[in-house]
Amino acid sequence: MDFSYTEEQLLIQKTAREFALDHLAPCVINRDEKAEFPAEQIKMMGELGFMGMMIPEKWGGAEIDTIGYCIALEEINAVDASAGVIMSVNNSLVCQLLYTYANDNQKEKYLKKLASGEWLGAFSLSEPQSGSDASNMLAVAKKDNDHYIINGTKNWVSSGISCDAVIVFVMTEKGIGHKGISAFIVEKGTPGFSHGKKENKLGIRGSDTCELYFEECKVSAENLIGEEGNGFKIALGTLDGGRIGIATQALGIARAALDRSIEYANERKQFGKTISSFGAIQDKIATMATNVDASRLLIHRAAKLKDEGKPYKKEAAMAKVFASQTAMQNATDCVQIFGGYGYMQEYGVERLMRDAKITQIYEGTSEIQQLIIARTLLGNK
Amino acid sequence: MKICVLVKQIPGSEATFNVTPDGRWIQESGLPFEMNESDIYALEEALQIREKMGEGEVFVVTLGPDRCQKTIREALAKGADRAIHIKEEAPFCTDPLTIASVFTQVIREENPELVLSGLQSDDLGFGQTGVLIGEMLGMTTATLVVATEIQDEDIRVKRELEAGWFQWQTMKLPASLAIQSGLNTPRYPSLRGIMTARKKEIKDVSFNDLRNVDFLQSFKKLSIQHAEKHTEMIEGSVDEIVSKLVNVFKNEIRIN
Ligand SMILES: Cc1cc2nc3c(=O)[nH]c(=O)nc-3n(C[C@H](O)[C@H](O)[C@H](O)COP(=O)(O)OP(=O)(O)OC[C@H]3O[C@@H](n4cnc5c(N)ncnc54)[C@H](O)[C@@H]3O)c2cc1C
Repeated sequence: MDFSYTEEQLLIQKTAREFALDHLAPCVINRDEKAEFPAEQIKMMGELGFMGMMIPEKWGGAEIDTIGYCIALEEINAVDASAGVIMSVNNSLVCQLLYTYANDNQKEKYLKKLASGEWLGAFSLSEPQSGSDASNMLAVAKKDNDHYIINGTKNWVSSGISCDAVIVFVMTEKGIGHKGISAFIVEKGTPGFSHGKKENKLGIRGSDTCELYFEECKVSAENLIGEEGNGFKIALGTLDGGRIGIATQALGIARAALDRSIEYANERKQFGKTISSFGAIQDKIATMATNVDASRLLIHRAAKLKDEGKPYKKEAAMAKVFASQTAMQNATDCVQIFGGYGYMQEYGVERLMRDAKITQIYEGTSEIQQLIIARTLLGNK
Repeated sequence: MKICVLVKQIPGSEATFNVTPDGRWIQESGLPFEMNESDIYALEEALQIREKMGEGEVFVVTLGPDRCQKTIREALAKGADRAIHIKEEAPFCTDPLTIASVFTQVIREENPELVLSGLQSDDLGFGQTGVLIGEMLGMTTATLVVATEIQDEDIRVKRELEAGWFQWQTMKLPASLAIQSGLNTPRYPSLRGIMTARKKEIKDVSFNDLRNVDFLQSFKKLSIQHAEKHTEMIEGSVDEIVSKLVNVFKNEIRIN
């Protein structure tokens, strides 16, 4: 076991960090306030290879392992969690799904564009009535010769407005539960496919979350990913990897909270001393730092297992539940250390608190992660 | 066009330094090292010239110990085609003439049409290497270069003069140019670049094998200046304060 980064991993980290500081940090507060999508920055990230990191070069990616991906994703999220979720969804959900389950024609047509950053992708599983219980969906696709006709409403789709293509999960056969779910890739601009307004959110406000509408939307049977009825398996398999991504987003936020806290505690003086000389502040910093390291170790363990082709469902769930809890706690403590200044927008730490919360909700709530961990250990289905 | 870029690894600008017990060098363990700033711009200029011309080769040459491998990889990740590492162990040579003569031997063999170096290294700051190499190789030489334009057999360069003045000058190739920071926007290495860098060639040569002149200068003793904070409150009536302050300006800070 080696805990130090390789020369390449250090260079990936440096590149991601410098990019984030140069191009994401300058207007991050402004974008958060205006709920502005970081379109230009995402394009640049695509050109640098950040949008399809784990995909082989042959399919437009940068061909880096999952740990390398996590190292870069942590840096992006430490500066801007909105850009972070856009990156995470495109990498760990969209590209990874296509790479694992799509056929070569689909890879040629879609993966190349999505992994190289020419296109941006979204992943659409949830519906208004089906969140944690994702298989309880209502959207349907009916086969019509060499086409499918999709009808239904999906909600809370990250990058739903800015994306060029979406992977959508719908029922191709009703009455047989999750065995009736299939996955399709649908291009923006397909007749009958539209999106709702940008949701007004607590955090990750730079990411555009919206509803997607399918009304008699006709897509070619060539857009079916895998086989009919395999959609739920595809979704769950992909979400295991996605959780490593969201855990890393949480880690980025938690680390930013720690870094900002250390900097501020060493500057701010009260009672004639820096507040970092007070035991109560030191205690917080020590706990924050320990949990950041523990999160990173859990994440990198899951990533390593994934790269080795070993089961990592439980480990990814552990990483996500722990890192997201850490993000929330660290962000809250960071605001506390900043005192009243922390509560003010211009110091940029109240945003960490708002951004942190989502990591406990999407791609499986913390309660669902606990369920996954317990079920794996207890062996019940 | 074959372009040679000299890149140097130096301690990061935010590092805190300590002197080694023998007083002749800085303690390296724990120090962050990075690519010298103006070398980053020199490398970028070389890559842009290669891209503009649509052909050519950019190779980097570095002098230093094993740790410089990191900086070499970074240059390769950004797009340099290959590298030559002149390996040197501590105590390091700090004599510009010796350094330039070693570089010259390596570069002469390669016969590039253009040698780009940073204006100066941010650690030692002699600012001589590029000029000396140009002279030793019989190349035309310019310093403080802030723009380049290749024109058939010539290169046109813009040089920074004093007081906001600039000078355009047309020079014959081959040329050695010392590049000023800020003349372009250095790229980030792409992730694909990072991954392919490991497949690129790094040729190792030994500094000691190439050294053919005696050091003309070396460090006898390094010391670190500690800035001392000293606050003195000036009290009294306005007139008294003003006259005390003027006295401080004149006799202590010596503003004339
Ligand atoms: C900003 C944002 C972006 C999103 N992006 C996407 C996206 O890109 N694609 C997509 O498909 N979805 C997306 N989602 C949806 C997200 O994945 C769901 O919100 C999440 O799965 C939870 O579903 P829910 O909100 O319906 O909550 P519910 O499932 O209704 O859960 C409500 C509460 O009950 C708990 N609960 C539910 N079931 C159990 C159980 N069995 N045991 C214990 N507790 C339980 C939950 O943990 C939670 O606390 C996004 C959501 C948000 C807010």
